[in-house]
Amino acid sequence: MNKLLRKNLLAGPYLFWSLGFILIPLLLIVYYGFTDREGSFTLSNILSIMTPEHRKSLWLALELSFVSTVICLVLAYPLAMVLRNRGMGRGSFIVFIFILPMWMNFLLRTMAWQTLLEKNGVINGLLAALRLPPQGLINTSGAIILGMVYNFLPFMVLPIYNVLCKIDDDTINAARDLGANFMQTLFLVWLPLSIPGIISGITMVFVPALTTFVISNLLGGSKILLIGNVIEQEFTRGGNWHLGAGLSLVLMIFILISMALIAKYDKNGEGSAF
Amino acid sequence: MNQPLINLKNITKSFDGAVVLDDLNLSVAENTFVTLLGPSGCGKTTTLRIIGGFETADQGQVIFDGEDISKLPPNKRQLNTVFQKYALFTHMNIAENIAFGLKIKGKSKTYIQDKIKYALKLVNLDGFENRSVSSLSGGQQQRIAIARAIVNEPRVLLLDEPLGALDLKLRQDMQYELIRLKNELGITFIYVTHDQEEALTMSDTIVVMNQGYIQQTGTPEQIYNEPENAFVADFIGESNIIHGTMIRDELVEILGARFACVDKGFGTNKPVDVVIRPEDIDLVEPSRGTLTGICTHLIFKGVHYEMEVTTPDGFEWLVHSTDMCPVGKQVGIHVDPFDIQIMNKPASEDEEAVGVNE
Repeated sequence: MNKLLRKNLLAGPYLFWSLGFILIPLLLIVYYGFTDREGSFTLSNILSIMTPEHRKSLWLALELSFVSTVICLVLAYPLAMVLRNRGMGRGSFIVFIFILPMWMNFLLRTMAWQTLLEKNGVINGLLAALRLPPQGLINTSGAIILGMVYNFLPFMVLPIYNVLCKIDDDTINAARDLGANFMQTLFLVWLPLSIPGIISGITMVFVPALTTFVISNLLGGSKILLIGNVIEQEFTRGGNWHLGAGLSLVLMIFILISMALIAKYDKNGEGSAF
Repeated sequence: MNQPLINLKNITKSFDGAVVLDDLNLSVAENTFVTLLGPSGCGKTTTLRIIGGFETADQGQVIFDGEDISKLPPNKRQLNTVFQKYALFTHMNIAENIAFGLKIKGKSKTYIQDKIKYALKLVNLDGFENRSVSSLSGGQQQRIAIARAIVNEPRVLLLDEPLGALDLKLRQDMQYELIRLKNELGITFIYVTHDQEEALTMSDTIVVMNQGYIQQTGTPEQIYNEPENAFVADFIGESNIIHGTMIRDELVEILGARFACVDKGFGTNKPVDVVIRPEDIDLVEPSRGTLTGICTHLIFKGVHYEMEVTTPDGFEWLVHSTDMCPVGKQVGIHVDPFDIQIMNKPASEDEEAVGVNE
């Protein structure tokens, strides 16, 4: 009993941390979300998501993060398969190369894209040199999707790579042995066995993409507002913490839905290996 | 013997520069139980994987029923494999696992249902259709792996150490199961193992391999009673391998004593290796023995006693007998002529590397 108590004490610092920096701020958000400036209870902050401009920015955020997630999945799965099939040693080195950019600052990488896509940026400079008309690349939905895919792709590759590595070679050989060609093996064996990794990857791309405001700020300009931008502005410039908190709570519902999806499909916790 | 169903011709394979198979030739007759037997790293699994199509030989041909299938991918070959670690599809239930190959071939639902029922009955697991893979024991999983392979009616079933992960009792039961299956199905089994007892129990033909070479091919009796070289004699069962001299036909000198034997044609005064199985040595009164020695070691092994008899020149004879000889007692050694197996000594150092390693 005494031993158990001492063991539990080890969790103390973390419990203290999560109480101070996770639980209390969360409760504050809930408090602000459900009160007005006078401090009396209201649902208007939550319901303001129904206003056309808020609804539009939420819908756009859902749309862009969905498209980005799909693109990430389509790019990541074949890559993860190639990495896995290269064998342990060489595969790991390529994975290392692949995650190397992740060690660079996230802001810096996004700003680099800004420089590339700008009106007088590197790409338009190249086009001009080739005597081609300049393109409006920056401040488009496409630019935001590009930024999302670029920044979040490794979070899709790694969980899928992890789960693919756990599939035994002989399981694949067995499918081939029983007459399955490459496509049949892919759809009947590879994909079903890697669902935990796929679900985990989807969550790890979709959630940050849905809530981002940095990427849309830098690559979407002031014209394209995602729900993340709206919330950020309410907190920083608009000064209406109550409205910002209310919208955050709405956004949190969407995140909870995706978390519930993981819990449903990832019963073994395999995908959370990363 | 009919025309061979599978013919391996001059198969050579190396991994990262290390030669695993060197100019291997092997033919397998239809409807036989052939076992590739050898220590780990002898190339037996590689041979099986080349037949299955999971590895490609660097050189040589795989002939199946008269056709060269060397370049054919595994899904186009008329054979099925049972893998060492079962390799069942964990995301499917038992029925779906067994149905996998049949669904790929586009068989009808009723045909597949019948086949699943038949296969489960064959491996004594009736009613397991809806069980999950993880709810099955190792032995049950291996039976399902066998069922999954045989529903496709392959002409050859390849088995890669399928019993390796099972405990002793289960392994022995499964050996009889496999013999029964082989007889009921009437197809060719190619079985890989390092377990000599398994090989002797089940096989029609045993192929003993070492370091990428075939050492000897023959029936279990031939392999056990008439090993062609010291490696085979040593690997299959326990044996006394002694340096001897062939005086003339049917007479061999071992450790200074002359033994009558049945082997002929080795020439006169030729150095040879002599194999005598421990159970073939009779311990008799010292006056009646061809050699005499002192019992220096005694262990009770259940069915028999294991003894060591040291002769004056220092050679320790391994003897198995149901009669006990106490340690320290002087005994005579007698061997019946037909229990003495004479083998040529390896001619060169090259041949030594190929097979005869102590």
